[in-house]
Amino acid sequence: MTTDGTTAPRPPHQVLDATDIARVVTRIAHEIVERAKGAEDVVLLGIHTRGVHLARRLHARLTQITGRDIPLGTLDITMYRDDLRLKPARALEHTEIPASGIDGKLVVLVDDVLFSGRTIRAALDALSDIGRPRAVQLAVLVDRGHRELPIRADYVGKNLPTSLREAVQVQLADSDGRDAVLVGDRDYTARSTQALAASPHLPE
Amino acid sequence: MKRHLVSTADLARDDALLILDTAEELAQLSGRAVKKLPTLRGRTVVNLFFEDSTRTKTSFEVAEKRLSADVINFSAKGSSVSKGESLKDTALTLQAMGADAVVIRHHASGAPARLAQSEWLHGSVINAGDGTHEHPTQALLDAFTMRRHLNPGPGRDLAGRRVTIVGDVLHSRVARSNVHLLTTLGAEVTFVAPPTLLPIGIENWPCQVSYDLDAVLPKTDALMMLRVQRERMNAAFFPTEREYSRRYGMDGIRMAQLPEHAIVMHPGPMVRGMEITAEVADSPRCTVVEQVANGVSIRMAVLYLLLGGATLADSPRTDSSETAQ
Amino acid sequence: MTSYLIRNAQILGGAPKDIHIADGVVREIGEGLTVEADVDIDAHGLIALPGLVDLHTHLREPGREDAETVLTGTQAAAKGGYTAVHAMANTFPVADTAGVVEQVWRLGQESGYCDVQPVGAVTVGLEGKKLAELGAMHDSAAGVRVFSDDGKCVDDAVIMRRALEYVKAFDGVVAQHAQEPRLTEGAQMNEGQVSGELGLGGWPAVAEESIIARDVLLAAHVGSRLHVCHVSTAGSVEIIRWAKAKGWNVTAEVTPHHLLLTDELVRSYDPVYKVNPPLRTAADVEALRAALADGTIDAVATDHAPHPAEDKDCEWAVAAMGMVGLETALSVVQQTMVDTGLLNWEAVADRMSYRPARIGRLTGQGRPISVGEPANLVLFDPAYRGAVDPESFATRSRNTPYRGLDLPGRVHATFLRGRATVLAGELADRDGLA
Ligand SMILES: [Zn+2]
Ligand SMILES: [Zn+2]
Repeated sequence: MTTDGTTAPRPPHQVLDATDIARVVTRIAHEIVERAKGAEDVVLLGIHTRGVHLARRLHARLTQITGRDIPLGTLDITMYRDDLRLKPARALEHTEIPASGIDGKLVVLVDDVLFSGRTIRAALDALSDIGRPRAVQLAVLVDRGHRELPIRADYVGKNLPTSLREAVQVQLADSDGRDAVLVGDRDYTARSTQALAASPHLPE
Repeated sequence: MKRHLVSTADLARDDALLILDTAEELAQLSGRAVKKLPTLRGRTVVNLFFEDSTRTKTSFEVAEKRLSADVINFSAKGSSVSKGESLKDTALTLQAMGADAVVIRHHASGAPARLAQSEWLHGSVINAGDGTHEHPTQALLDAFTMRRHLNPGPGRDLAGRRVTIVGDVLHSRVARSNVHLLTTLGAEVTFVAPPTLLPIGIENWPCQVSYDLDAVLPKTDALMMLRVQRERMNAAFFPTEREYSRRYGMDGIRMAQLPEHAIVMHPGPMVRGMEITAEVADSPRCTVVEQVANGVSIRMAVLYLLLGGATLADSPRTDSSETAQ
Repeated sequence: MTSYLIRNAQILGGAPKDIHIADGVVREIGEGLTVEADVDIDAHGLIALPGLVDLHTHLREPGREDAETVLTGTQAAAKGGYTAVHAMANTFPVADTAGVVEQVWRLGQESGYCDVQPVGAVTVGLEGKKLAELGAMHDSAAGVRVFSDDGKCVDDAVIMRRALEYVKAFDGVVAQHAQEPRLTEGAQMNEGQVSGELGLGGWPAVAEESIIARDVLLAAHVGSRLHVCHVSTAGSVEIIRWAKAKGWNVTAEVTPHHLLLTDELVRSYDPVYKVNPPLRTAADVEALRAALADGTIDAVATDHAPHPAEDKDCEWAVAAMGMVGLETALSVVQQTMVDTGLLNWEAVADRMSYRPARIGRLTGQGRPISVGEPANLVLFDPAYRGAVDPESFATRSRNTPYRGLDLPGRVHATFLRGRATVLAGELADRDGLA
């Protein structure tokens, strides 16, 4: 179902490698410390699946930088999605809110790709059922554009202009065996996790 | 997973574990200030109860409301509905109302299966107990409770755990649902009952049978006491209540024969003094209250997994075209 | 009266012959007959059997005309190849008086599609307490010789003994529906593996067998004739075989559905499989087939039991028991007995016509196809294969367990005393029959 049938789907090409990703994570960590004034009340919440891995890496960098153990948790937003009726029911991932809670804290949501914004909308809804943070910020590895909601990221690893027929695939060693960000034609990477995100009416 | 939950025999191991793991996640909800999820907003769930059951009905209702479903309670007991034709009429009515799921409790074995197979209704059918046939969500919450105590953790099953089920197996839908599910999850099931209260053909069920409770207790990880109705006595299933209690009832002395880690379960409502003494029922190893809480999580998981996702291809619901890419 | 020349019919499966029918009787049988007849029928490939006789039919009239009438029931019978049926007594009112049996008999006469021989109730209101006026029913125009409380069992041993003795006076027979009532309280299906799994009340084989055992002993003791309705278990077969070996006057019938279907079908909870006696196991089916083959079981009887849709379109527990069977009986017998090599067509004629007529003491029915005999016969196409379509049935009800099932054979024509009640598979006009 390619829109122009003249070219065969391109194989994915790498836009970030492991070194790039490590550098980006370090940069975002510094930005968080800077903007959150020492990250005193920061709580990191990784959004499943790859946001959780990224949050863990950010957490490690922040610990190095600040010398403190920043609260780290995970968030599964499945039950808050607006596309539940479009796909088979999926298994839930573990939501782990740090014992200190999120009330009055600065929650930094962490995800791999920012696309339509619907995942973040769902995450904000989930957060409001869990508690009342002082503020919520968003950190993403890649912002590929095509927003469908008034949502923006506070910390962006890389802005990556893409077309809707492209798929962005984030690979992280924790789940994929290596660190890389790839861009390729949607049809070429069919069935890969991020390929689903190439559909404009589906959230990333 | 299939579109309906009529029998635990329909659940493959992966389906069962998915339900247990989902319920485990949803159980966290009870500790939160806001216990509600928006997941089933705009979905209509009907509780169709042809038989009184405040406990099961309340449990389903709480689960449905926590998932933000629109809940309709359709109590059909006692009225004109005792005659058969009205199961069909009722189903047609519910279909007209746009029920996405029907939770049905019925005194006739097979009524949910009839609904699920019929053309009367297009929504999911969830069996909340049918006659002496099955009660799948009860078995799921039992397995959930056992796993928490005996092999906790997502993805874990009950492999090698020894479950002893005592009492009126013949008339028990809980026993039937449990034997399928527990076997699927790898547990070893032993039924203990007087021979009169065991169904013909049980030798071909995937379980052991014993008439001697005391011999089985030391080899038990989870003990489940089934309710025994006093009326069975009048139909000569056993001579007297006292004799039943002596041979098959659970008391403090018998409880002491259980291994240290073993739990005592009961699907409720308990007949104290008959199948279980107060000493056992109120002991810390008795999980009855916990089972009630787990029931809500399990029912939420089932509702979410049957309704939360897309309508399956075989369903004639109108929105199924949206799933086409 | 229309005369017929049936060409190249295989009488009882034998070599092709022509049959000339005129004035209600078989006029001539031979090869290449040159006689003039009003209608010529090419019966190439068709089997000619004597008109079938059913010992066990529920025609529902009077009282349940929403399920069946004598007219629709006899039309169904004709389409199934029957020329005589025994109408069971469990109507509303019960056929326990001369008045009711005469009414049913008269309705049968008016129908014209099939002879209707009313069965009289053994006890008043089928209640098992007080003998009905058996003699009066026999002496009536209906000439009742078969008595049965079918639907219920004559479970009181004394009443059963008296009934057996009493009907000897007019060569009657008691046809027992063998079901020990206490053992079948709340029973929903055969008691066994499947009932245990489905949580449906069990109907043990012993509930049937214990009554049959008692009854054959009673019949022997008083020297009476006993007929056992719808034998359904291997154990029942053993008891009947034993009784016959003793030389006792016991006959038995089996239904087509018990020759084909098993309780595994109940797993669907579809009440179309709910029947009394219940569908049993594969081992029972095998024993029943063997017993029909060796003659231990004398007859195939349909137990045709029509029910309106609403009595089956419901949950199992409240559904009515019974199946329609007149229009599929011969096909089921072909599938289960002929195509399996257990019976040839000659034996089929014996089990579905000669013997049932003899048990019912019918005259002019169950006669061989030979010159001078009443022209009651059926032409059957055994090569046909097709799915059962209940919408094509003549019976008023649709509760067949064979819907959509491929069954062999179909009735091409049925003749009742020389008149075609069915021709080319179609029912004859009623005006032509009266
Ligand atoms: Zn009967
Ligand atoms: Zn009958």
